[in-house]
This record gives sequence, structure tokens and C-alpha cells, in this order.
Amino acid sequence: MKFLFDSDTWQEIYGSIRKNKGRTVITIIGVLWGIFLLVVLLGAARGMENNFKKIFGTFATNSVFVWTQSTDTPFKGYQKGRRFRLTFNDIEVLKKQYSNEIKLLAPRNQTSNLVVKDFKSGNFNVSGDYPVLDKIQKKNLIFGRFLNTNDILRKSKVCVIAEDIYIQLFDKNVDPIGQYIKINNINYKVVGVYKPSNNINFDGDAVYIPFTTFQIVYNRGNKIDWMMITANEGVDIEQMEQDILLSLKTLHKVHPDDKRAFGSVNLGKEIGKITGFLTGMQFLTWFVGIATLIAGVFAIGNILLITVKERTKEIGIRRALGATPKEIKQQIVLESVFLTTVAGMLGIIFGALVLFLMDVTLGQGPDATLINPTVNIPIILIAFVTLVVLGTLIGLIPAHMATVIKPIEALREE
Amino acid sequence: MIRIEKLHKSYPIGKDSLHVLKGIDLHIKEGEFVSIMGSSGSGKSTLLNIVGLLDGHDEGDYYLNGQLIENLNEKKAAILRNKFLGFVFQSFNLISYKTALENVALPLYYKGMKRKERLQVAMDYLDKVGLKDWANHLPNELSGGQKQRVAIARALVTKPKVVLADEPTGALDSTTTDSVMELLKEINDEGMTVFVITHEEEVAAQTKRIVRLKDGVIISDTLTGN
Repeated sequence: MKFLFDSDTWQEIYGSIRKNKGRTVITIIGVLWGIFLLVVLLGAARGMENNFKKIFGTFATNSVFVWTQSTDTPFKGYQKGRRFRLTFNDIEVLKKQYSNEIKLLAPRNQTSNLVVKDFKSGNFNVSGDYPVLDKIQKKNLIFGRFLNTNDILRKSKVCVIAEDIYIQLFDKNVDPIGQYIKINNINYKVVGVYKPSNNINFDGDAVYIPFTTFQIVYNRGNKIDWMMITANEGVDIEQMEQDILLSLKTLHKVHPDDKRAFGSVNLGKEIGKITGFLTGMQFLTWFVGIATLIAGVFAIGNILLITVKERTKEIGIRRALGATPKEIKQQIVLESVFLTTVAGMLGIIFGALVLFLMDVTLGQGPDATLINPTVNIPIILIAFVTLVVLGTLIGLIPAHMATVIKPIEALREE
Repeated sequence: MIRIEKLHKSYPIGKDSLHVLKGIDLHIKEGEFVSIMGSSGSGKSTLLNIVGLLDGHDEGDYYLNGQLIENLNEKKAAILRNKFLGFVFQSFNLISYKTALENVALPLYYKGMKRKERLQVAMDYLDKVGLKDWANHLPNELSGGQKQRVAIARALVTKPKVVLADEPTGALDSTTTDSVMELLKEINDEGMTVFVITHEEEVAAQTKRIVRLKDGVIISDTLTGN
């Protein structure tokens, strides 16, 4: 180990590296490229993952959405093709039956209407909702508040509108809170403006009014369009989805094997697919990165081997002057390690630089495609150590080659 | 210093083998200035390589400084070379990217001497061969004679027991040949054993003892008047 800290050792290595600038640069680029790719790919993958996380972030990912369609099997005297609606009764039954599993349940009614403010108007989605919606899908309010329980109880004519609606219907810099807008010729007081997330958004730019108000205004009675259900922690969401659908089928006298009667989306499952895709991408990243690294290391070995052949004579001279095979080997291996180390460090630095540029150009603002593209330091350290170890091992090949040639043959080389 | 008894050496060439040295007996005492003469193919280079521990022998005994050379591995050979032998080659064999000073200091590096001390000693030897002012020049900035002087300084720097010179003047013109031989003579006068291989009569004539080789055997061994 002493030779590692000997300035002479490094003097020798510096000498031989300086002499062979071209191959030094090429060698360094080989490995640099490998680790650079690994860092950038891992960082980009992480950025994408973060982006997905952000997209799902505002949404409870353990959600199930249920709505009705029409039956595809005749049952209990009903023809197939029967249409029916979810009702408030279903909600009560589900809440009671699955009190342990269900965390939140939001019944929803939706329609589309002309919305008018003074001389401006536009067609927007109108949604009757409970305040609980804000817990399932967080509303990012820029003015005012979301619907509350009082609105529900009083059946108030209040509304929360999307930022785009505010921009389209209101003059610039007008405080929308307390202003009235007309939906279907009925005046509603604006109590809040929200900014829709550019992530998962089922409602588009919507006007939210209290569920109870919606019931009366649109004459829906106890019928509901669809519902969002979130599960408690640790609940098997797929099982819950199955169970709830079966209960609903019983309630609505639908054949248990009816595939069409109820539509449902399990957000957890959908996200699982994307997560799977991310995992696949990460695997690919690792595979490509490591393969490139190995290719780079082999390039170093190859170039060192060529160098050893080129330097056969020099090695012969050194051995005639009293260098032992061990000293020759040490020098070549150390050269290999030194080159891989420098290349690795440069690769990491350039990779980090590119990630930084990615962050600046793609990772800022609401439309960011790569959020916080980073690589874990332990991962980088492992990659780096692997690189150096591989560099050592690969350096042993030319080092061995350098010493199997007899010095007399090496000297004869012209 | 060097004692060789019934030395044989063959090289395999395909299925056959070429018998190069056919029983050499040679005894070189300390302080001698010996030249080995012979045409090409006479086995003189082979003899030098064996004496220089660059190559092994097949049969016979070789004593270097009283030590029997046998079962020599590369490591032992390297250490013995560094300790007892200094080489001067026909083609100088300087390392092209090192300055004259660094070239001279290289054997001391393998001896394990500290850098500062090493460069100091190397400088003394460069001074001795008259190249102090050229210490920081690369070999390609030196003339042939200067290169060979650097090589001689390098051979001497470890204070070896024997300096082995393989056609030291083979690549030089007559003027520089004389100056290089002058230098070797000086070294010999200081007590160093010098072992020169040459095919030039004029060069051999300047040594103290001429051994003539032909077809792998010594045909004559005479002292010159020097």
C-alpha cells in the first residue's frame, strides 16, 4: 500500500499519461460516458417518477369510482338492457356495511350548463358535491374556500369555480368572492376559485355547487350519477371494489355475474400499471447504464493492452534497470485505476451538471415533466466503487501481459 | 566477478533447436575491461543476455559476484540486475518522454531511493559524463553520442559491479565512438568491470582483453597491450 502514497509512483503515472495524451483522453471518455449515462438516466427516471408522484399526489390513490350502465343479463324477471341509477339508499347501505373499509365516500351529480356573468358566458361542467370531495381530490384554492357543511344543510346557492372560468367570465383584477354568476338562470354566489391541477382531473374546469342545491335545481331526487370511494389504510382495495359491486348488484337486483351493469375504476390498479412501467424503466436504466459502464471499462482494458504492446520496449528497459514484475504490474494497474477514477468523477460531475440543466429547463413550473431529477449518493458511490474495482481487474490483464514477455524479448522489440 | 563454466544455450526454432552457445568457459575478474568479439550469429549477444540475467542458460554454471545463478525468477533477476549490473545498449534505450536526468535517475527509483536524493545522485553522474547542462532535455533533443553518455550515466548510477555494453558504439560515428570508448575507459580506470560486446576491431582494441567467439565457442582469449 505504501507505493500508493509515494509521490514517485504518481510521477511515473503522470509521465506515462502525459506521454499518451490521445489514448488517455479516449479512455477517459469511454468510462466517462458510461457513468454519465448512468447518472443522467437514473436522474431522469427519478424525475419522471417524481412527476408521476406529483400527478397522483393530489389524489387519494386508494380510490374506487363506481357508476351504473345497463344490465347485460336478465335477472329476477327483469329484461337485459335495463337502465337504473345509484341512489342515496345505496350510499347509506354501503357506509353501514363497509364502515371498516370505507374511509370517504363522495356521491356526485354532474351536468353541463351555460354559465353567465354580466355579458360574458360559457358552457361549463356543473357538479353537485359534498365538502368531502376536497379530501379525495385536493382543491388548490386561490380565492375563498371550498363548499362546506353549512352550504349542504342550507342548500345555499353558492359555487366554487375553476380559475379558467374566473378568467373567462370576470374582468381582470376583479375580486370574484361575493360576486354572482348565473347558471341555468339561477344566481349563485362565488365563494371560492380553485386552480385545477394539471394532473389527474376528472371534472375539467368545473363549477362546484352544493350537492343538495344540485338535487333541487336539477330535480335529481335521491338519484346520483356516480360515487368516489376511498379505502382506509391497509384495506385490500381490489377486494373492497369487488365486495361493494356485489352489494350494489344485490341492492339493484342485478345478476351477480353481470359485467356491464356497473362501471368501476380502481385508481390504485391504474397507478399500479404506471408504477410497473416506472419499475421497468428503472430496470432498463440500470441495465443500459451498467452495460455502458462495463463497455467503458473494457475500453480501458483494451487501450491499456494496446499501450502495453506499444510500451513493450519501455517495459523491457525498466525491467533491465531493475524493475520487478510486481512494480511493473502495480504501475499499470494503478494507471488503470487512476484513469477510471478520474473518468468516473468527471462522468459524475457532467451527469450532475446535465441533471441540473434538466431541472432548470424541464423541472420548473407547473408543467414540469421531470421534477427534481436526482440520483442517490449511495447509488453513485456503489457505481463508482464498482467502476474502480472493474478498472483494477481489467488493468490486471495488460499488467500480466507486460510481465509475461521476457525482458530480453521486450528489448529486442523495435 | 563473473565465472562461467561449460555454459550451453539453445533456442527452439520450430521443432528443431538452435545450439547457440556450445560450452563457454569464461572468467572475468573485478576491474577487467573485456570485449567479446564475433560476427553476427556467433552467440555474443546471447552470452551478454545470460550474463546480464536477461535470459536463462540451459547447462553449465554461472557465478555472478560469487553467487551461483540458478532457478532465477523474474523478481530475483530484477533485484540482481538492479544491484550488480548496469546496461548500455546499442540503441540507447532511453525512455523518450523522460528527461536525461529522469532517465539516469530511473534505476535508483527501482532501488527505492527518495526522489530528491535520486535526482541529486543522477545529476552527479550526468556531470561525470559531461552532460550536466543537458539534464532537462528529452532524449530526442540529444545527439547520438550524448544519448549514449546518458545511457552510460544511467548504467553507472546504481554503482553496479559490472557494466554490460551491447555494441555501445554501433549507432555512432567514429568521433563519438572514440569519446564513448574514452568514457568507458575512464570508468574502468576507476575500478569498474566493463564487459563490451562489439564487432568492431577498433573498439575491441581499446579494451584490455579480447575474447573472440565463433559459432558458440571461444576461439581466442588474448590480453591487449593496454
